[in-house]
Amino acid sequence: MRYSGFRVIKEALTGHKGWGPAWRDAAPKPHYDFVIIGGGGHGLATAHYLAKVYGKANIAVVEKGWIGGGNVGRNTTIIRSNYLLDGNEPFYEHSMKLWEGLEQDLNYNAMVSQRGIMNLIHTDAQRDAFRRRGNAMILNGADAELLSAADVKREAPFLNFDNARFPIKGALVQRRGGSVRHDAVAWGYARAADSRGVDIIQNCEVTGFRIEQGKVLGVETSRGYIGAGKIGCAVAGSSGRVMAMAGMRLPIESHVLQAFVSEGLKPVLPGVITFGAGHFYVSQSDKGGLVFGGDLDGYNSYAQRGNLPVVEDVCEGGMALMPMIGRVRLLRMWGGVMDMSMDGSPIIDQTPVDGLYFNGGWCYGGFKATPASGYAFAHLLATDKPHDTAKAYRLDRFRTGRMIDERGAGPQPNLH
Amino acid sequence: MIINHPLLGPRDSQEFTYLGDASLMHRPDRQGENAGEAFYEYQYQRDNPAGLHRELWYHEQGDRSWLVVTRDTTTHEITDVKLARDVARSEGRST
Repeated sequence: MRYSGFRVIKEALTGHKGWGPAWRDAAPKPHYDFVIIGGGGHGLATAHYLAKVYGKANIAVVEKGWIGGGNVGRNTTIIRSNYLLDGNEPFYEHSMKLWEGLEQDLNYNAMVSQRGIMNLIHTDAQRDAFRRRGNAMILNGADAELLSAADVKREAPFLNFDNARFPIKGALVQRRGGSVRHDAVAWGYARAADSRGVDIIQNCEVTGFRIEQGKVLGVETSRGYIGAGKIGCAVAGSSGRVMAMAGMRLPIESHVLQAFVSEGLKPVLPGVITFGAGHFYVSQSDKGGLVFGGDLDGYNSYAQRGNLPVVEDVCEGGMALMPMIGRVRLLRMWGGVMDMSMDGSPIIDQTPVDGLYFNGGWCYGGFKATPASGYAFAHLLATDKPHDTAKAYRLDRFRTGRMIDERGAGPQPNLH
Repeated sequence: MIINHPLLGPRDSQEFTYLGDASLMHRPDRQGENAGEAFYEYQYQRDNPAGLHRELWYHEQGDRSWLVVTRDTTTHEITDVKLARDVARSEGRST
């Protein structure tokens, strides 16, 4: 069923009796050509592009809980393509372009809102670095703008401009950045994939792989064995757990990252703002809550909850940046488990096991990458060749020395 | 999180910095056979278990000792804390 304004009017006049479920509750078949493990944003996007762009059929997405219940439902909903390095920027810019056409592509309102992202500058060295980054963005076809302190004051007068320790000296702005309704991304991709015949199988946990002579034949699940021609694993956060079942170690540690949302306020923030001196970033949701976050807790964790010292650190960052939020009450806070890779960049590649493909290591940049990640992973699954924008995201790049270390922090996952 | 330091007693984990998996104590022999591959495994590959994890913590704002902490990564419960020095000695790494 296509959604449209006409449809809304028609349903309104006929008692809303015509709306059906957005996707079928599929039961597993014995064999699929493609099985995607992980019904999050990336897995569902992969299934969608595999069916739509690459014309494949007989596809299943298996999800241990309910779709969109993992990191696509636990992030801070920001989209941007403001990276420096050649391996990253074309990929994230591809993602941004897909975001811009997403709602038409999916026939689903994902509330893509390009309200801009502003990275604040606090030192001269930081201005140099951001100017360089902005130039790299423009060279790769993205948009970037360097603002002076006076420009920032005009656009965001509520920031603390009297901070002697961390004076605001300007900002790097990407106007096309913004935020998206995160759950709607999972739901929109699920609905679009389902409409092309993809089976979305929920409450179906993968418990093992059937591998014979170096080739994967299928997955053991809590709902029985499912045979597969090719298997794509898109379970960032749990990659270590799932790939261990295939006998693989990864250049990844799992870490917990916290996020927060305040009570609803009238509109106070124009877009996304990031603090350049501490680690704090904030935007305002359409419901009015301030959505913000900061650093990782810093130690390996598979627990979807964090510790209090990071809460204090994030709130200190917020108060240093915009003292006006001091009286705002926190409504909710939660933790998500991140695949932190050894260079801070993701992996989309074949594995040493024939027929098994891996998508993970998204660190805390997975949400904005959802469309391009699904597109590139679908390309890899369909053609056995990496997509042009994801050529650098190889699994063996740590062996060959081709790291994509945006932060320059070295092989220390909790610092990326 | 409270880390029960073997010499100093219970200390707030904020006094420590975290390095990672305790296997990082076992740096390969740089002149050994296949040293490149061994260093790749050592430096980049991780077991990353969901469950008990042996890991290195440094008491930066305390006595500057390195600890080997055994912690459950699904619950954050700490079940064992040893001085890394003692662990290294018991594994024949130093005198």
